[in-house]
Amino acid sequence: MINAQKIVLSDDMYCLGIESTADDFGVGIARSNGEILANAVESYIPVEGGIHPREAARHHAEVANKTLLQALTTAKIKPKDLTAIAFSMGPGLGPCLRTGATVARTLAAYLQIPLVGVNHSIAHIEIGKLETGVTDPVTLYASGGNTMVTAFESGRYRVFGETLDIALGNCLDVFGRQAGLKSQRGLPLGAAIEQQALRGKTLIRLPYVVKGMDLSLSGLVTSAVTQLQKGNHSLEDVCYSLQEHAFAMVTEVTERALAHTEKKEVLLTGGVAANNRLQEMLRIVSEEHGAKFNVVPKKFATDNGAMIAWTGFLAYSQGIVTPIDESYVKLRWRVDRADVPWIN
Amino acid sequence: MDKLDQQTVLLKKGAEANLYLTNWHGRPAVIKIRKQKKYRPEALDMQIRSHRTSHEAQLLHQTKISGVTTPLIYMVNMPESSIIMEYIQGVQVKQYINKAQKIEREKICLQIGELIGKLHKENLIHGDLTTSNMILNEQGTIFLVDFGLGEKNTELEAKGVDLHLLKRALQSTHFTFWETSFNDILKGYRLVLGDKFTEKVYEKTREIEKRGRYIEERKKHL
Repeated sequence: MINAQKIVLSDDMYCLGIESTADDFGVGIARSNGEILANAVESYIPVEGGIHPREAARHHAEVANKTLLQALTTAKIKPKDLTAIAFSMGPGLGPCLRTGATVARTLAAYLQIPLVGVNHSIAHIEIGKLETGVTDPVTLYASGGNTMVTAFESGRYRVFGETLDIALGNCLDVFGRQAGLKSQRGLPLGAAIEQQALRGKTLIRLPYVVKGMDLSLSGLVTSAVTQLQKGNHSLEDVCYSLQEHAFAMVTEVTERALAHTEKKEVLLTGGVAANNRLQEMLRIVSEEHGAKFNVVPKKFATDNGAMIAWTGFLAYSQGIVTPIDESYVKLRWRVDRADVPWIN
Repeated sequence: MDKLDQQTVLLKKGAEANLYLTNWHGRPAVIKIRKQKKYRPEALDMQIRSHRTSHEAQLLHQTKISGVTTPLIYMVNMPESSIIMEYIQGVQVKQYINKAQKIEREKICLQIGELIGKLHKENLIHGDLTTSNMILNEQGTIFLVDFGLGEKNTELEAKGVDLHLLKRALQSTHFTFWETSFNDILKGYRLVLGDKFTEKVYEKTREIEKRGRYIEERKKHL
């Protein structure tokens, strides 16, 4: 990263962002004033099981052209009007990240405009801030690959609590597959579990593992699957119990961070943010602490290119550019290792 | 709850429980009440609160056998998930070590290490080791409090997690000197449990850290 001089953004600047950390390939276009002009996404849907990184990467390469064109057409922007190309640099799956990075490098080199590497987790927080208007929240970022509670403190987004093993979305997906639930039209299995849970009545006791500010979900999913296989409980009841336990755990950790930092805003972001019950729990806890609860709009909850484009702008405005020969993807780029000079 | 003084003062509003200062038959005391959490189903909430209250009370008792100083318990009220215990006059270690001289800080950290060592020697796990959960009194004795997430556990894993959580807490609250302090704590721990065992526990801690998501160090193991 080169920290050049800060760049003053004018209103007619456009940044194109490419997202490809996991199963989604997204291209978004943001205007420097925060307007999102396009947000095209193509999702890889595995025939069976979870995401196969190589297959997902192959999918991304196949749809890249089409998705790019779709975004440019929707935004009514010509490539020559673009100011910068941003891309998801990590964390994520290697083959998927590299595919998106290759597209981004090619575009930047061809158009001779700057390339900006963006931290995927920070992009989820920044798009949430942009769309909801919060400025300094305690954020619960819960998706298929990440579950963490972060807040900005002395120069960085600090991790106050996180999963010690699998992510919340992953926990729901694994259970959903084991339970034989089918996803509908690209919706994650979490949505199918949520539907089942609405009809659940009896709470089954499952492991509730909070360790300090961290939590563990792998034992919970194993236990939920076992309960289902034993056949003593209905699918509805197991789905209900799984959700209540898992969401209460992340809510408890969020509450601890809220009490510790005394911040006045809570932001829910990431793919699992679409779940109504999780939203409800966090709303209750926020109100108890006199904090305003905000949730990222659904279309920006899952992985998308718009969040990369917008965060690319934030970084670019501070003079952050990524030379092509230093644009290696970072598979394990933790949120607390990334600079965020645009805050404060 | 019988014969509580009418006057109770809110000492601390925590995420999980509220602490009130009160009077227990003429002695200053603290009531710790685990509040009802409206976000989780009542049955689950009741189970979690009762579990943590009874565990905390049992552990506060067992720690004394291990030689670790903790507040005395006066009364446990399960239906209310509250504990009345001794009031410890002192400062949180969190505040103290931020202001203390280097040499003082080292002394305190050694003492913390010894306390954790004594706990672990008896297979007692604190579960939420932070410098806010340690109170230093005027005589220089450290009291460990807040055992709600604690347990009795013989596995190496539990001890490893305990040290991991303390390390994380130091990193986020004392980020300018956490490394020195953590090493001093390990020194104290070693005094109680010996080099070999300490190395085994800390090796486990490192393993737990690598299990986390997106950790650079994990590369070497792939």
